[in-house]
Amino acid sequence: MIPLESNTGCGMEFTRRAFLGRTSGGLGLAALTGLLQSKTTVNAAEGLDAGITDGPHFVGRAKRVIFLCMAGGPSHLESFDYKPKLEQMHGKPMPESYTANQPIAQLQGQKLVCQRPLIPFKRFGESGQQITEIFPHIGSVADDLCIINSLHTDQINHDPAHTVMNTGTSISGRPSMGSWVTYGLGSESADLPGFVVLTSKGGRNPQPIATRQWHSGFLPGRFQGIQFNSTGDPVHFVKNPAGINRAQQKRVIELITGLNEIRDQLVDNPEIRTRIQQYELAFRMQTAVPELMDISKESQETLNMYGVAGADGSYAYNCLLARRLAESGVRFIHLYHRGWDHHNDLVRYMGICSGMCDQPTAALIKDLKQRDMLKDTLVVFGGEFGRTPMAQTNKGPVGRDHHMKAFSMFMAGGGIKGGITYGATDELGYNAVENIVHINDLHATMLHQLGIDHERLTFQYQGRDFRLTDVAGDVISSILA
Amino acid sequence: MKVIDSVFSWLFIAVGVLPAAAAPIAFNRDVRPILANHCFACHGPDSGQRQADLRLDIEEVAKADRDGSFVIRPGKPTASVLITRIQDSDQNLVMPPPHFQKPLTAQQKATLKRWIEQGAIWESHWAFRPLQRFQPPRVRGAKIRNEIDSFIVDHLQHTSSGLIQSEVADKITLVRRLSFDLRGLPPSQMEVQKFVSGDVTYEALIDSFLASESFGERMAQYWLDLVRYADSGGYHSDVTVHISPYRDYVIKSFNDNLPFNQFTIEQLAGDLLPAPTEWQMIATGYNRLNKTTEEGGAQPGEYLVKYAADRIRTTSGVWLGVTLGCAECHDHKYDPFTAKDFYSFGAFFADIKEVGQYRGGNRDPEIRVPTLPQRQELRRIDLEIQKAIDGQEQIRVNELTDAKAVIEKQFVRTMVTNSVAPREIRVLPRGDWLNKTGIVVQPEVPVFLSLDTVDNEHRLTRLDLANWIVAKDNPLTSRVFVNRIWKLLFGRGISPRLDDVGAQGEPPTHPELLDYLAFHFMESDWDVKTLVKYIVLSHTYQQSSLVSAQAAKVDPENAMFARQLRWRLDAEFIRDTALSISGLLDKTVGGPSVFPYQPAGYWQYLNFPTRSWKADRGQLQYRRGLYTHWQRTFVHPSMLAFDAPTREECVAQRPVSNTPSAALTLLNDPSFVEAARALGQRVIQEGGTTDIERIHWLFQTVLSRRASENEMTKMIELLGQLKIQYAMDVKAAAELQAVGQFKLEPDVDIGQASAWAMLGRALLNVNEAICRN
Repeated sequence: MIPLESNTGCGMEFTRRAFLGRTSGGLGLAALTGLLQSKTTVNAAEGLDAGITDGPHFVGRAKRVIFLCMAGGPSHLESFDYKPKLEQMHGKPMPESYTANQPIAQLQGQKLVCQRPLIPFKRFGESGQQITEIFPHIGSVADDLCIINSLHTDQINHDPAHTVMNTGTSISGRPSMGSWVTYGLGSESADLPGFVVLTSKGGRNPQPIATRQWHSGFLPGRFQGIQFNSTGDPVHFVKNPAGINRAQQKRVIELITGLNEIRDQLVDNPEIRTRIQQYELAFRMQTAVPELMDISKESQETLNMYGVAGADGSYAYNCLLARRLAESGVRFIHLYHRGWDHHNDLVRYMGICSGMCDQPTAALIKDLKQRDMLKDTLVVFGGEFGRTPMAQTNKGPVGRDHHMKAFSMFMAGGGIKGGITYGATDELGYNAVENIVHINDLHATMLHQLGIDHERLTFQYQGRDFRLTDVAGDVISSILA
Repeated sequence: MKVIDSVFSWLFIAVGVLPAAAAPIAFNRDVRPILANHCFACHGPDSGQRQADLRLDIEEVAKADRDGSFVIRPGKPTASVLITRIQDSDQNLVMPPPHFQKPLTAQQKATLKRWIEQGAIWESHWAFRPLQRFQPPRVRGAKIRNEIDSFIVDHLQHTSSGLIQSEVADKITLVRRLSFDLRGLPPSQMEVQKFVSGDVTYEALIDSFLASESFGERMAQYWLDLVRYADSGGYHSDVTVHISPYRDYVIKSFNDNLPFNQFTIEQLAGDLLPAPTEWQMIATGYNRLNKTTEEGGAQPGEYLVKYAADRIRTTSGVWLGVTLGCAECHDHKYDPFTAKDFYSFGAFFADIKEVGQYRGGNRDPEIRVPTLPQRQELRRIDLEIQKAIDGQEQIRVNELTDAKAVIEKQFVRTMVTNSVAPREIRVLPRGDWLNKTGIVVQPEVPVFLSLDTVDNEHRLTRLDLANWIVAKDNPLTSRVFVNRIWKLLFGRGISPRLDDVGAQGEPPTHPELLDYLAFHFMESDWDVKTLVKYIVLSHTYQQSSLVSAQAAKVDPENAMFARQLRWRLDAEFIRDTALSISGLLDKTVGGPSVFPYQPAGYWQYLNFPTRSWKADRGQLQYRRGLYTHWQRTFVHPSMLAFDAPTREECVAQRPVSNTPSAALTLLNDPSFVEAARALGQRVIQEGGTTDIERIHWLFQTVLSRRASENEMTKMIELLGQLKIQYAMDVKAAAELQAVGQFKLEPDVDIGQASAWAMLGRALLNVNEAICRN
């Protein structure tokens, strides 16, 4: 088959090669009703895409995902994975049994010496989860968190590691998870895109982050993540040009629609009808996006809870926007906070980053919970990789280098068990050894919570059925509530 | 004229060898796709996954006597295990196994059964078998302009679709179609008028478009997607790299009609030719277009492996249309490529001078060369110098010589290929660059495609690879290229999958036609302009794109080519169209990349170093879309909104989406608003005196036709309102007229111009303005 939509310009009705078609009979139709409900019908009528599935594969626990990416790679050894053995080994050479013939980043050619945890841990909540003491707010929701200490990835450098985290592989050109999810489930919002990206920065010199990370790859372009900016237009070209007011814009779009309709009567082209709908959606977005970004109606209590000072592009502001986007029916909300690449001066930079991210993250979870939305919102928190148990000292006060063999993340809400820690690393925090979780497994689990069988959410490209989970991925069933 | 001669010679070359015939069950069309999609993963080329020692991709194995039992017994479905297993009701025995999640439909099962009944006749895969010289079918009729039409009509007559070829499109549609297809630009009012009135014939129109420099720009745009041309490194800091002369080379090559085989050789191995010219060295920039990194923690060894794999994916995709990249970690699951083939192919490029980790924007080796515009300028100065010498004006000679020296100082850098002692290339188990247990390989073409023409005496070079790619008996290159040209002109390939002609691709709907074109393309010495001309001369190309009720029912995707297709223009051409009709377009060909307006802060996430986009001033602001600076990690948002690729990987077929982002871009991007403003002034100055005349002029300029009565009513109505609004609100008019750098001429009324700009803006946004019909 040619890629979906490659012929749309020719005026073909959009052919739904529903992947369910291939496996019909496997699931009762009744099972498909849970997620999309009547809103889908509304959306379809308004020209929104309902996703490629006729419905989820089974009843999912989550309706949406908020992915909080701590870009740069926070140290698992100073956040969620306490390693007392490193205290004993501090200053001693890292055993070669760990490091021989292993990939290494900035420590190439350096002495490899064990580094004890630089920040103390505390036990939080009734569950008594071990979390760094500089995450007191996250600690305060410890009983809602499923901490995973056994992740590993394929790539040791930022750009490819983000690509693995987002697309399941380091080869570029593949769709990101937000695109896959909106492709699978569509959007529930009539006037906002289904996949929204927000970024903030602060901490150590931030790593670049490429649009590839929210690109739709070979999936149709409408599943691409739309970046909301805190400065300038919140969405590219969402503001009317200077000298054109809203009424005039409306009249121009009405004229465009009128001319398109006249033409359509003559040439009968479904593509024209789609374009008319897209212009109407665009016009609605021109109101909806600024409204969404306007937090003036939020209570002072809420603002205090997040620690939001205003519409300043901070992580705190973005967390509040994430909740507002979730309320508006946006399917996949992806936040990046850039500043977690702590090669040097780790204690100081961790302090800065936690000062910016700890409280808002916890506030988001609490806020969702008090609005009864945590139960169907899957929150995921973590970086693209972890950091070495070995010290990095060639760039100033001690830090840690990139590390791909083990790192930590947490999940909350969306039908994930709270108050548990899953998986473990070895005693030095170098390798994930118990209940090992690859990114493909993480993706499989996320999709599962959304009601999607990761092996059946496919798209044919270059002759192959591609998936977010590539050729692997197991749902981590023991963390499901 | 050469082009015409060649077209005519094509008409007479056709010496038939094989008749085109329609068979009940055809292996390649009906059976192979089923086997490939449902069986090859476990019973195909991948030795690592193969089950039961069974290959269904090789006839001898599939039909072998296996201790008295047969998987496929020709003529005897009941004695064929294949049939019993696909029909087995036991979930543990049925094939494909349920957990594979690719069950066969009843129709597919019936097809397999009938095929075996009919003798299980095997065909080699259509794309891998030698090109065949098919004789065009004998068909008569008014709609037969050349052999293309014979193949298309004959095929239609052999189907039960009831479809016949469509009539020729109206002349306005035709001139717009041809202009967009051959130049990526709309026709001017004058061009439309001359063609419609009959002053210019269709063939003369073709010739003038093929002769215009816009042809090379249009073709280059597609080629740059294939080779993933970009102005930045791609990984991490995504620094600027220097490569724009390579783009000049591509444009120039298409305009000069450089034979495609020569074009191929120069890019892959120009540096290995005896005494390569400057252009041939520039062409080798192809080998340097892969993504590169400057990230601090990058391990050079790992990135050299990434670069190599990138080149294998791209080169096999660009010329061969195969997915050799799939064999990086394992033998290909669908096509007969082994993992060893992958690494052996990569070994051809092991001599390229490069490092795994670059620093400071440096991408040695680079050379300094003049840009296309500089070359023109230098030629002009040389002529003047000669004149000055002849006229014995020594002072003038000195001035001109100085002017030349100034230009020479402004030559630009471009990456090239230098050959050094080749690196050792090993098979990397599962693509793991740290694993040194794989065997060392030498440069070798994929084993099943190897030709006798390849000399194995010495270590093979990139030049050998290039020569093999364009060898007359290479079955892929010509087919793949011709199919892609067809797609550019019809919106759909003869084989609709442009990026995979392997088992998982789609067999051509008209294999005889594809082979016919591919064969004659090679016979014509790979003459691209002749190929294009030959196709657009056919009736098939000139058909209307309107969809009859019958066609919508029986052939919605137009697989039978009983009409033309209609589609939205590519991102670059939408920009070019707006600039062209507004009169702002700068027609300079070639040169460094340019910076059209871009939303502030779009580059804020770039780092090492941080950068900001500075929009060009003056004429550089109005260059065609293909000259836009291509930042791989942050492609211009207006390009992305219309599906331009990031150029990180080879792209043979862009998707076409229809999104609110695209609507917002075309409505509000300052480039389009400015174009509408310039159009507003034009209509006042050139469009006549009455509103009605002016609205017709606007329609003529944007859509090449007059407004209908209904359209006129709607336009007039809004025009009246806007005129009043902008006359009363001069401040708003002034704000609108400040978008972009274009300045109204002093005698143009700002309120009037703003009202007309809004109308022009509306017209630029209608579907018809950005579609090729």
